[in-house]
Amino acid sequence: MPLPYYVSPEQMMQDKAEYAKKGIAKGRSIIAMEYADGVLLVADNPSASLYKISEIYDSIAFSGAGKYSEFENLRKAGIRHADLTGYMYSREDVTARSLANGYSQSLGTIFSQELKPLEVEILVAQVGESGHANELYRISFDGSIFDERGFAAIGGRAEALQVFLKERYKTDPLTLKAALSLCVATLESGTNQKLPLEGLEVAALDRTRVGRKFRRIPPSESRQLLA
Amino acid sequence: MPLFPDDYGSSFFDYLAHQRPDLVPASRAGMSSSSPLVPDEGRGSLVPPMTHGTTVLAIKYQGGVLIAGDRRATEGFQIAGRRMEKVFKIDGHSAIAIAGAAGPCLELAKLFQTELEHYEKLEGIQLSCEGKANKLGQMVKANLPMVFQGLVVLPIYVGYDLKRAEGRIFKYDITGGRYEESDYHSIGSGGKDARNTMREHFRKNLSEQDALRTALLALYNAAEEDVGTGGPDLVRGIYPSAKLVGADGITDVDDQRIGIVYAALIEERKNGD
Repeated sequence: MPLPYYVSPEQMMQDKAEYAKKGIAKGRSIIAMEYADGVLLVADNPSASLYKISEIYDSIAFSGAGKYSEFENLRKAGIRHADLTGYMYSREDVTARSLANGYSQSLGTIFSQELKPLEVEILVAQVGESGHANELYRISFDGSIFDERGFAAIGGRAEALQVFLKERYKTDPLTLKAALSLCVATLESGTNQKLPLEGLEVAALDRTRVGRKFRRIPPSESRQLLA
Repeated sequence: MPLFPDDYGSSFFDYLAHQRPDLVPASRAGMSSSSPLVPDEGRGSLVPPMTHGTTVLAIKYQGGVLIAGDRRATEGFQIAGRRMEKVFKIDGHSAIAIAGAAGPCLELAKLFQTELEHYEKLEGIQLSCEGKANKLGQMVKANLPMVFQGLVVLPIYVGYDLKRAEGRIFKYDITGGRYEESDYHSIGSGGKDARNTMREHFRKNLSEQDALRTALLALYNAAEEDVGTGGPDLVRGIYPSAKLVGADGITDVDDQRIGIVYAALIEERKNGD
């Protein structure tokens, strides 16, 4: 029987992390940004039907970057978790914090125990109501979780976009129009080319809506907003 | 794994049945299925007792469907509640009204609401009107073991079919059988009385106001004939509830408007017209 090779844990983790990072960096970016009435999410996504941003619950949205099949599974798991919690307790007991924790645990476990880590980075956003602040959580492939303020970027050249945003984002509330144009400018800075509005997926968690706050903003409306 | 048999698919009901069977009404009954069937009180037959203490109805009009129900809940010969809500908005274009045991009725309404929202979020698109009606049929069928324990739950489903641009009414039997009604329907202990009234007054393309008047008259007549059905309670200001299901969504008919219709009906009765 051949002896198993010895690989030090450090080496193994490093290899896995590198593998995951490479996969995520290949993809396109997504930005979430707080604005006056809630949270805006903009993804560089040429497909009009395969979404990267979606609704999880009344005031919670999800977006995933990296490998589609992997973050799609995470999205579905999130919706199941949220609907089950809401059904068992009440709608207001479904929180982004609990969901983000769940994602963090699952990604962390998969990273340390499975041969192949998930090549995904995800973002969970919740719009705050009646005086509560918005919440933005960024969760990376190894389960590490970051509580972001104001804005967050995932996928592709996310770090460069964060730097770009840090210089330009102002803390006083932006209008939807201003937030959208800043997001588009940021995504364009990452790709070094003009992005057509049809190639952007835009959605918002809008505090002014009754019940379910999530809504998609079609290219026609984006065009009007940016005109 | 998707497309393989162990997947939950996009149904919250199936997910719940696998993950938390204790929360699904039907499987709770299954746990005690060894117990003998509960015979219908006194008569010793195994026929499940009929739905009690309700009249709910649906009637079509020009712009869609009106769905309404009385507000009385009974426990035997006692009145258990005067403000019970039996008509539920399910999503943007559908509503149900339920007759039967109160607890399981509320549970079915909540589960059906979650089911449709869950599907919409997972698939990114709403179920068709027909699809929603079929799904409800499966949920009623799953409740069959509970029926033998005396806990009947029977819904009427109304939806606005956006593709066909018309309102639709579906009724069910306890085995989950699903039947579409073309004009109006009503169920519950006073259902027959309400149907008789609607048969007299129904015409195609009723106006919204005429449909409301017919529905409220039907509930009024049912309340006169059936002890399980509550009429308008003028002292407490409690009226039957009604919702309009149309192309632009679901609107509650407010108590004031219903009150005015009842005031006119009662006036007519006093004068004997």
